[in-house]
Amino acid sequence: MRVGPVGFRIGSDWHAPIAALDALYRDYPRPEFADYSVRLEAVSPWRRRVRPSVRVAGDYWLPDASPLPLAQGVLAAEMGMNLQVALGHRRHLLLHAAVVARGDRAILMSGVSGAGKSTLALMLSQRGWRFLGDEFAMIDPDTGLAHPFPRPVSLKNESLSLIPKGYRTGPLLTGTPKGDVRNVAPPAAAIAAMDEPARPALLIFPRFGFPSALSGLAPTETFMRLTQASTNYVAMGEAGFRALTRLRAQVPAVALDYPDGEAGVAAVEALWEAL
Amino acid sequence: MSAVRTLVALLRDPERAGAIDPAHWTEVLAVARAETLAGTLAYRLAGLALPGGVVGALAEARIDAAEARRTALWEANRVALALRPLEHPVILLKGTAFVAAGLAAGQGRGIGDCDILLPRPLLDHAEKLLVDAGWEWMKSDPYDDLYYRQWMHELPPLVHGERGRMVDVHHTILPLTARPTPDAQALIDDAEVLDGGLAVLCHTDMIVHAAAHLLADGELAGGLRNLWDIHALIEEKGMVGLEARAAHHGLSSAVDRALRLTHALYGTTVPARWQRLTMIDRLYRCRMMARDGWGRERYKALRTVSYIRSHLIRMPLPMLIRHLWIKWRKAKAASGSG
Repeated sequence: MRVGPVGFRIGSDWHAPIAALDALYRDYPRPEFADYSVRLEAVSPWRRRVRPSVRVAGDYWLPDASPLPLAQGVLAAEMGMNLQVALGHRRHLLLHAAVVARGDRAILMSGVSGAGKSTLALMLSQRGWRFLGDEFAMIDPDTGLAHPFPRPVSLKNESLSLIPKGYRTGPLLTGTPKGDVRNVAPPAAAIAAMDEPARPALLIFPRFGFPSALSGLAPTETFMRLTQASTNYVAMGEAGFRALTRLRAQVPAVALDYPDGEAGVAAVEALWEAL
Repeated sequence: MSAVRTLVALLRDPERAGAIDPAHWTEVLAVARAETLAGTLAYRLAGLALPGGVVGALAEARIDAAEARRTALWEANRVALALRPLEHPVILLKGTAFVAAGLAAGQGRGIGDCDILLPRPLLDHAEKLLVDAGWEWMKSDPYDDLYYRQWMHELPPLVHGERGRMVDVHHTILPLTARPTPDAQALIDDAEVLDGGLAVLCHTDMIVHAAAHLLADGELAGGLRNLWDIHALIEEKGMVGLEARAAHHGLSSAVDRALRLTHALYGTTVPARWQRLTMIDRLYRCRMMARDGWGRERYKALRTVSYIRSHLIRMPLPMLIRHLWIKWRKAKAASGSG
């Protein structure tokens, strides 16, 4: 399937994960050419049937990734797709960030896992914001535009209760290395608009679970945070450096602490109004 | 046609790219990445009219190759700086040498470790200088360390503490346990000096080394890339003096086979006597092309034979038995305690 600028080919030793992915990714195009291949393989021939265990492989892979039980096949595929992009993608500067847009102007929300960026993006998508992605912001080094990469959102543990009505979901995966996980497909309109980039207008570094606080960031601090948030900044060489310095120079950046989702959404929208 | 055959055909004749359908491109790209030939393919196909998605993926491979080149040259620069007290040029090998010398073989090539060659009497001093300059021994056990120092053609690998890049310091191009004994002194004496305290092997030695690496010292995994090195070296600078040089190093049979294979696969310009494959050559070719359309290795039996062969050619049988026995006992002890 194709997500934004990237086509994936997923192969599996079992039928079930493919069927689950097919349903979760129902609204995405099925291109003939795929940029990256992901394989869900049995760790050994007998583990195809007895306590089936999935190893993620593909064009790019990590030698020490631990296998997952077959019931978590969708998670394995999602991890495989993330891995291909994180290790292979060089056409865009990648930032660990969720992205939402109003019209053709976008907010990048960058943070470590658990900072709440996925939840914020999903909540904003219910309030008229276009969802561009919750995993990677893809910045075109030539134009500075953020290209949508609207993969399904993976919600974990306490945020599972926030899944909006009417959103397409994958199976509930219990007992994964990240706890309980469920994938939620973005609204069909967000998928339909996934070839329309947006210009970054605001950069937020959110942190969930802290008393509300807002602070501006010095350019040097922003730059350091962005280099840490990027998986391919070094690998892109000079083009990566140029994309990052332009982003830092042109887009205001703030650090936002928020105690809960409602407060977070309200703070983001207030920042947007004040731009 | 299988994807790996298509890959070889495209490297040989880029004009065929127009006839490939998008779904097959997905397979070709997966195989090219598995063989670390994606960058080479991208350079070969530059400028041709291809489907949009394929152009993007190949552009990506070129970005990767440019970065590999930059990183390799910088690492060579750092190694040369650290080894300046030796007052001997650092002779670069393989990929780093190709890009440092500006050769076609380096275009688009993936480059991993920094492989260098130095006279054996300088190795102890070189190791000390590298460690002083921030390179570290990888965690290894006393048997591996001793094995390297006694029998291998290189120091135990050193990794730079900050950059994470590995340097392999060789004193010759084959393990001491292998039957052929290349003339290390000749390799060093005839090396061509570059700027910055660096040098590269002379043209014929580069080909001999590539053939030795491909056929006398490995499992043939990644063989298509190593064979492409040989093809590109010959196409750029010919093969005058190669036969005599191979004979001098005791590597005639490896070089002969490499020439037959590179002609058969890539259409390299070689005299008639290297234009026919033997039965055994065909097995090698089969082994080198053993990948399916997902980039996975196929033909497990052939791979196992190739693995056993790779050990047999590296050391005499009694030594191999002792080596594998020690390795097996250690693996067993490790799994028992883990």
